[in-house]
Amino acid sequence: MSGAITIALHTLQESLRRRVLFIVGGLTVVFSGLYWLVADKAFAETANVDAGGNVDEVALVGATLVGLAMFGAFFLGTVLGAFLTLSAVRGDAEQGVLQPLVVRPVGRTTLLLARFAAAGVVCATYVVVVFLGAVALTRNVGGWTPDRVVTPALGLAGAVLIVVALSILGSTFLAQTANGIAVFMLFGAGLVAGLVGQIGDAINSSTMRDVGTWSARLLPYEALYQGGLDALTTDTRGLTGVIVELGPFGGAQPLGGLTLAWAIVYGCGALALAAAVFSRRDL
Amino acid sequence: MTEPALAVRQLVKRYGARTALGGVDVEVQPGELVGLLGPNGAGKSTLMKTACGLVRPTSGSASVCGHPAGSRAARAAIGYLAELFRFPGWCSADEVLRLHQRLTGSRGGADERAALLDRVGLTEATQVRVERMSKGMQQRLGIAQAMIGTPRLLLLDEPTSALDPIGRRVVRELLTHLKERGVAVLLNSHLLSEVELVCDRVVIVNHGEIVSAGRVEELSASRGIEVETQSGPQLFAGLTREDAPDLVAQLVADGQRVFAVRVLAPALEDVYIEAVEGATE
Repeated sequence: MSGAITIALHTLQESLRRRVLFIVGGLTVVFSGLYWLVADKAFAETANVDAGGNVDEVALVGATLVGLAMFGAFFLGTVLGAFLTLSAVRGDAEQGVLQPLVVRPVGRTTLLLARFAAAGVVCATYVVVVFLGAVALTRNVGGWTPDRVVTPALGLAGAVLIVVALSILGSTFLAQTANGIAVFMLFGAGLVAGLVGQIGDAINSSTMRDVGTWSARLLPYEALYQGGLDALTTDTRGLTGVIVELGPFGGAQPLGGLTLAWAIVYGCGALALAAAVFSRRDL
Repeated sequence: MTEPALAVRQLVKRYGARTALGGVDVEVQPGELVGLLGPNGAGKSTLMKTACGLVRPTSGSASVCGHPAGSRAARAAIGYLAELFRFPGWCSADEVLRLHQRLTGSRGGADERAALLDRVGLTEATQVRVERMSKGMQQRLGIAQAMIGTPRLLLLDEPTSALDPIGRRVVRELLTHLKERGVAVLLNSHLLSEVELVCDRVVIVNHGEIVSAGRVEELSASRGIEVETQSGPQLFAGLTREDAPDLVAQLVADGQRVFAVRVLAPALEDVYIEAVEGATE
């Protein structure tokens, strides 16, 4: 156990000292600044718009902005998670970073799980903080608060944890750059498929709906993200509720218990497979 | 009989169709310093990696202090310096050693770290980040890291490849010191003169097989004495250095005038080339 804690603390220390955190920090500042600017403008203009009595303009703008913030947090969290773990096995082994650690009396599985835990804590904390920051900004600027705050935050954290697990799994097969590309392609594929499913809902296309459903099963981080988006306006009814479901990076779908259980099994399975491959790998 | 620090029996390692090791037997006793020699691609690093559990054997076995290589107990008994290694650039020398102290469970604390850095000549670099160190400094740090927790078996894969002559001497002194403390060392090096100076035995590997092995003085045993007299050079095969005074006395007593005496002992380099080229032919 002490070996696992040592590796986890070492990874945490690495994430704090490496430039990637500064880069992501810088991007976050830029993102937050732009978000504040856009939110300020959007709410100011909303005051002059009358969308009709059936639409709550403030809720529409607020939900759209926070949905956008969720996408931003998820994307930046994925960048952070990928950079922290994309070379966890093969990349580090090729550079000779891994061998001095693996020969120590710490099991390979322990080493891998400790790296996941540390990267997961950093990324999950990061997305939650960015999301809550956006919620606070939205409330301050426009006076709108999502119907649920904890569920979307947990959904985001869970989604980014699955991405980190997939990145670690990819690192057992792929070299550093290839794994980075693969992680971002998976991230993009999930979002696009989610949007396709959402459009399928809107135009009543069963094929497109199936694409969304199956992609959420194959890439359950997308289901967690969609569940988080859905929870933002879960109590919003009427025309406003319908419109916000079609938000900018939408694909909002309620998260069922079965999907949540599958997401947990999927993440654990990805880590178990990574550990099995790593334990048999010649270094 | 004492349990060997390293016992490798009929070790075979194949990477697909390529055989890296084809049934190798090696034993290193506690306090023994064994040099592992061979050309590039001979299988030396694979042997080292198998001993420390980085590579899984195809067949055969390797054990460290009686424990299967790669097991937790075996890993707790070794120190390893890889041929190609890199410590995180953001870590200082002290932080690298502290990390490895924690991983090995060493309770040596700051005293152990300071002593190891002093021993490899890095006292002034305690707080220097790895990314600011020269290759030689990183290699010295690697050696210090391998010695954390006083391992019973030290596996050093090309430990002096990036060192200057002074650094190499530091390592030689270090190896002698370790030997005196009963630490077993398996040293992979291309520097034959270095191996000749410090090793008790050498094992020469080529194409994954041992082509020669033995004590350095046995392998470099005399092939005779050449004496130059007024009648020209004469070879007395089979005689050793110890026979030289008697031989000269006999020749002088026989009325010959002796101008030069040379004991024909091959250097380790000759033994190595002969073994490797012989195996290749």
